[in-house]
Parts: sequence; structure tokens; C-alpha cells
Amino acid sequence: MKELQLFAEAIDQCVRCGACQAHCPVYDQERSEGTVARGKLALAKALLNGQVQIEQRLAEDLSLCLMCGSCVLKCPNKVPTDQIVGAMRRLITADQGLTPSARAVSALTGSPRLLNRLVKTVDLLSPALFRKVPSSSGLRLRFPLPGQHNRTLPATASQSLFARFPEYTQGQADRPVVGIFAGCATSYLFPAIGAAMITLLTRLGFSLFFPHDQGCCGIPARSAGNGRLIDQLSSANLRAFSRRPVDYIVTACASCNAGLRQLSVPDGPPPFADKVLDIHQLLCQEGIDRQLAALPRGRQAVTVSYHDPCHLRTRGISEEPRRLLQALPDCDFVEMSGADRCCGLGGTFSMHHYGCSQAIGRRKLPGLTASNAALLATACPGCMIQLQDTINHAGLPVRTVHSLELIIQALDGQRP
Amino acid sequence: MFSPRPVNVFSYPLPVNNQGFSSGFCMISDQLYQALQDLVGKKNVSLERTDRITHSYDATQHEHLPEAVVYAATALEVQEVVRLANRHRVPIIPRGAGSGFTGGTLPVQGGIVLVLTRMNRILEIDQENLTATVEPGVITAELQRQVEQLDLFYPPDPASREFCTLGGNVAECAGGPRCVKYGVTKDYVLGLEVVTPTGDLIHTGGVTMKNVVGYDLTRLFIGSEGTLGIVTRITLRLLPKPAAKKTMLIQFGSIEGAARAVSAIIAGRIIPTTLEFLDANTLACIRDNPELPIVEACQALLIVEVDGDEDMLERQAETVLKLVAELDVVHTETARSEAESEAIWQVRRSVSPAVRRINPNKFNEDIVVPRSRVPDMIRALDRLSERYQVPIVNFGHAGDGNIHVNVMVDLSQPGMQETVDQVLEQIFQTTVDLGGSISGEHGIGTAKAPYLHLELDQATRAYMLTIKRALDPDNILNPGKIFLADDQATEQLR
Repeated sequence: MKELQLFAEAIDQCVRCGACQAHCPVYDQERSEGTVARGKLALAKALLNGQVQIEQRLAEDLSLCLMCGSCVLKCPNKVPTDQIVGAMRRLITADQGLTPSARAVSALTGSPRLLNRLVKTVDLLSPALFRKVPSSSGLRLRFPLPGQHNRTLPATASQSLFARFPEYTQGQADRPVVGIFAGCATSYLFPAIGAAMITLLTRLGFSLFFPHDQGCCGIPARSAGNGRLIDQLSSANLRAFSRRPVDYIVTACASCNAGLRQLSVPDGPPPFADKVLDIHQLLCQEGIDRQLAALPRGRQAVTVSYHDPCHLRTRGISEEPRRLLQALPDCDFVEMSGADRCCGLGGTFSMHHYGCSQAIGRRKLPGLTASNAALLATACPGCMIQLQDTINHAGLPVRTVHSLELIIQALDGQRP
Repeated sequence: MFSPRPVNVFSYPLPVNNQGFSSGFCMISDQLYQALQDLVGKKNVSLERTDRITHSYDATQHEHLPEAVVYAATALEVQEVVRLANRHRVPIIPRGAGSGFTGGTLPVQGGIVLVLTRMNRILEIDQENLTATVEPGVITAELQRQVEQLDLFYPPDPASREFCTLGGNVAECAGGPRCVKYGVTKDYVLGLEVVTPTGDLIHTGGVTMKNVVGYDLTRLFIGSEGTLGIVTRITLRLLPKPAAKKTMLIQFGSIEGAARAVSAIIAGRIIPTTLEFLDANTLACIRDNPELPIVEACQALLIVEVDGDEDMLERQAETVLKLVAELDVVHTETARSEAESEAIWQVRRSVSPAVRRINPNKFNEDIVVPRSRVPDMIRALDRLSERYQVPIVNFGHAGDGNIHVNVMVDLSQPGMQETVDQVLEQIFQTTVDLGGSISGEHGIGTAKAPYLHLELDQATRAYMLTIKRALDPDNILNPGKIFLADDQATEQLR
């Protein structure tokens, strides 16, 4: 309750205008007050006043939040509802313990060893566990998880990113030292994204520090309301990145970006808040967009569109990825309507509420179909998983990619 | 069939203002709870504290706990819930987005909050007859987007249009900036399907432009604030979408200049789509924002937008600028692109968040005076502000005389509530004296009930109450709204 108390003043800033209803992906589906920021802030206030105790219905309402931050962005008083929901979820967890799916997520992201071993095992058993989804990329579980009926997943990688790149790469002496934060999905599911990031930054002459003892960014733990794990991961990552001074910490995952910024120490401001850069920001700073635009343009271009990950969009990072994609020589960039709509993943949200999560994802489809894009690029592996699942279920001939994959292909003279 | 029961005025449960429960009402019994569950399904009815809390407020920031929350999906369900409520003598409070400013959806006497947000289908957009038929939970901007894709137009544009519902718009007769030229919600409603306070289903008006058969019940329900019936279907008139628009920002050295400009534009036979004004106090709140194009000498400004065919717009815009040229204008700017138009509107949009910085508590009133009296009203407001030493910030729809008067105070200061009450009463009295009305678009609800008598005489209030009692003999529907419990008009009825 102490943690929620810290937000008491912020909670009072809600004037109950209701504007958040227009921006909440979950409210858009459920149309009930308990799902929207205003309702959750009313509950937060009631909890602080002792008007309500933690009860089943309250926990349910609190589970119905993607923590995407869309409401915060549009709130006239900028009430940090995503953080307040985080604090309330930790309060509920302290009271009731973790839910089974939150426990599963916490176990995985809390232990790199377990994650590594699981990924290897899954890779080994892959033919037995999955069947290929016809006509598109991705796999479908043969034995669906409870509540995740027909969820399609990306194939795991046979070698994690940590096994492929050393901890330190010396670059040009006058260039900055860049810390590499990979994140779970990039390390174990999409190491190609991490490899592209590391390769590009090496070519640009940066020295790279890629501590192998880094952990999960903490976003899944925040979503699950696991306060103890958030603290553990915070100190693990702080320890890892304190071993060498770095000028920036760069990530190719929008969620990790948000997680690292929020990473906290007991007293004092978040230590990484000013250091974290999205890879697209750094590439634009380095003029990669101009370099791409100068490449000879191919005859047959592939149509590509872009999905805004909430964790970048709400930080005002939406232009840089587009600038890079627009400069690609073999791609026609088309803006799709609803590019800024949330994909519906939201950490543990899609595990608790897969149906609602899918429905939110489906809201992307009309814009995607109308854009005629063959490739849907984005800047977050989490969004990639969710978007590809949505696309697979709709049977569309669209492949989800990370924009970095397209950028490195173009620079290497390959077609997408 | 519509069959109101005979009225016994003496047993009529009196509305109670704000706090407390009227003794005439009952709590939710186990039997009623069971019946509601059977009717709408277990997951659509709740007595849980969590749900009661999340349905206890609206944009007024007042809170009143209901005893139950019910989500309805069909008109039939609404009908049956209302019948049950009558049988068990429990109030029903219809609710849409809960974005009202006057307490229209506050369960001030407990009861069942009946939520209609899930009745949100657009049933038909008739392109031949230019009508749309919708359920009450459809969000205003959603309908606007749908019809605009077909080159059609639904003009009413309350500031909350991205989240408010059309059912709520009908219940409060919502307006907005565009109403100068296009009128308010009531000018677009052709027909309604309504569940009456006793649970009958009636149909008013129709789908045609002309219809004089029987009483105009459609108008009776519009703006009735959920006290006379629950709208379950709405047929709206649509217009062809204007081809283009042009936005102008005109800055004045004095409020007089701006006010005379409003009259000059209208007298010049130009009705702009919108004619918004910001007074000096409002400008003071946003002046420190360097992104806004406000010049130093500016003491009041107008945002003027005209719409129509492309080739007419240039001429209209020129005429507007010519009409105001001599009126203490210090700067003018005409948008040449959508982006420049947006930049101008950003001035208006930055106001609401900025005024909150003056003081924590805002009393936002939507008075309306005849257009020609706007300068008198602004002067009177300045005098009140000075006399009571409270900041009053004024902006709004100058084109139709609808001024948003914001009294900004800190209620934690001792005696401030009393001061505010006096200031508000003075504001409303002045408004009525100038031939105006105490609410242009927000309604009365609980917030303005104490001031109703300033505008409506006793006989008129008694007439309204007679209608309410005839239609809702047990005062089931949204009790405690519009009229005060101790209204002298009720005495007259006895």
C-alpha cells in the first residue's frame, strides 16, 4: 500500500473527464468502466481510502490493462495510469500471490538459465510440439496451452545471441562505447535481430559492450505484478552494465526500452533513463537513412508498412523507424491506417485474456489489408509475435519483420 | 401499449438533492438480484463493491454509490429491467460514457446504474434519404467517421465526441463549436425508440424530414436527462459533407474588438461554421507556450472557420477579414493547409489543460446569452471576478453566445465553497437578466438544479413536474435530477 500511496497525488489529478475511453484498446473491446484508466484510478483512490478491499472483481479489472500508456499520452493531466496499475498489481500479488500464468512468466524471465534450457529443449522437441502454420511463417502448438487455443508462435533459435557474440568488441578509439541490451525475445527467439544490431553498430565503428550476465528488462515482471522480481532484475542489470562505462545503452526492442528506462534504484532517479536509445534513433543519428536512400533502387519493390509499438510511440519515437523504412531501396513504404493501434499483446495480458487480446489485434487488420503490404515491419519482437499470430489467424499473406532485418539486407545488397 | 398508471402525487417519492436516499426507495433484494441475473445473464449484473465504485461518478467528480450495475444489450432487456425496477421500487440511472458535466448519470439515490455502452451498433446509414439509425451506445465520433467515409456529415461536435455516446448526446442535447452554423443535437434527431419509465416501448417521430402526427414527443425526450425515458434507438438526419473549410485566427487588442467582430461577422450575413473566442484571462494561461502563435498585444482572439465549396471559401474568408479590419485587430492569420489549420486549433485545445494550473478546482458553466450581449456578459464576469477575488476564465462558442465560464478556485481555502456558490448565483442571475439561459449544452442534472428557479418560473416548473409525474409515477427513472426536492413548484401541484 505504501507504494500506491506514493501515487496518491497523481491519482487525484484525474478529473474524470473520460477522455481515456477514446484511447484504451481494452475499453474499445469491453466497453466497461472498470477496464479504462478512469475506472482504475477510481479503484486506486478507493483502495487508498479504505472504501474497497482487494476482491476478486477488483483483481479482474486490474488484469484488464495492456500497460501500453496510450491513456497517459492523451490524458489532459498526464496521470501515469500505467505505473499506477503496476503498483496496484504488485499490491494484489502481495495480497493474493501470483496467478499461474504470472508465475510462469516470472519463472522464465527471472532465470536466464531456465530460459536458455527451455528454449533448447523446445528447439529439440520442435517437430513433436509444433506443426507448421500453412502458407505463412510461424508454428502452431500441437498441444495448446490452457486459454491459448490455437496460438501460433515463432520458431525458437538453435543458438542464442549470447553464444554468438563476445562481451566486448573494440571499435574506433574516438567513437562512443555502446551498451547492447538484447532482451529475452531477441536473445532466444529472434537472434537475427540482435545480430543485425550488433553487426551494424560494429561497422559504424562503435565499441560494443554486451554483458552476458544481463537479465530480462523487467517488463513482463511489471505486467505480472511481481515486485520482488522487478527489484532482482533491476539490480542484476545495474550490476551487469556497471562493469564498464558506456555512453548509450541501445536496444532493438521497444518494450525493453521502456523496461530499462523504468529500471529503478531504492533512492534516486532511474539510472538508465537518459542513456537508453532505440536502435532506430542511433541509426538516424549516424545517417543510415541517407546512406540507404543513396543506394540504387531495385525494379520490383516489395510493399512494406510499419506498426508503432506502444512503448516507442508513447515516448514520441515514431518518425525514425519510418524514415529508415522509407529510404529502403527495394521497398515501397505505405502508411497503414491504424498503425498506432496497440497489437494487443501487453505482457501477461494476452495470457490472461487471449480472446480479448486477439480481438484487439484484429483491429489492425482492415488497415493492414487496405495497405496491400506484403511485409509488416515493426520495432518490437513482442509486437512481432502478436502481429504474426493475428495475421496467421486471418490467413493473410503478410510476414512480420523487424525493420532492422530489412535495413541490414538492403545495406548488404540483398532483396527482402 | 403505453399505459401510465394513475398518479398519486402525495405518495410521490420526492427527489433528494445530492446526498442521501429518499425513503421511498428500496434496496436490491435477493429476489430482484436473481431476476436481474436471469434477465441479462450473470456477468452483466453486479452488486460487487468494485463495480459500484467504477459506476459512481461522472465528469463532475462527485460520487454516489449505486447498489447494482447492469449492462444491457437490447431494448427488450432495458424494458424488462425497468419493469423489475418499478415492481421493486428501485431507481434506474441510465448511463453512457459518463462524461457529463452536470451529474446527469450520478446515482444520487442509489439504485441500479443501467449501462448502455454495449448497445453500440450503427444499424443503418441510408444514403438515399440521408439518415442514420443507431443504438444509444454508439460513440459520436465513430458515427461521424463512418458517415464521412460516404461523404456525409453529422455536425454536432461536443468536445467529448471521441468518447461520449449518442444516447447521452440526445439525453443532454449536446452542442459544440460547429453549432453556430449547423445547430445542436435536437436539430438532427428525426425519431426515437424509447423505453418509458414504466417499461413500455414507444416510437416517436420517424425517418422522414416532415412529420406532424400527434405531439412532438421526440423533442420532449431530447434534453430530458434520462428522467422521462431511456432511448434505445435513434434516427438521425445527415447532411452532405462540406467540400472544404478554411480556418482563420484573428487577434484583437481588446475584448470589445473581438465581441464587436462577432456581431459584425453575423451582421455581414456570414454564418461561420465555428466562431470560438478566448478572453484575456484565458490567454494569460497559454501565453507562456512558445508553440502557440499569440502576439504580445493580443487581449482576445477569435478562431473563425468557414466551410463550403472550395471556390466560395476564399471570398468568404476575405469578407470576414474585411468586416473586422477596423475593430482593434492586431494580427490575422489564414491557414493555407490542414497542418496550419490544426496549428490554429491547437490554441483552442491547449486551453482546458492549461487553465487547470490556475487553481485545483474548476467550476465550468456553459451559460448562453444573445450574441449581441456577449460583451456585456464578459464585462459583468470581470466585475464579479474582481469583487469576489476569484479567477474567472472565459472562452467558448462566441458565435452562438455560448460562453464557457470557468471559475477557478481552491476549495481547501476556508469559506471558498460559500464564495463560489455566491459567484455562481450571480453569474446565472446576470445571464438570465441579459435574456440568456443558464445552460447551453451541459444540462441541469444536480449541478444546476439549485439555480433552475432563476430561469424558469414556478408555473413552468410545475408544468414540467406534472409531465414527469404522469409518465413516471413512482419516480423510478433518474430521480433527484433537474428539480430540487423542496422546489416550491411541487407545493403548487398539491
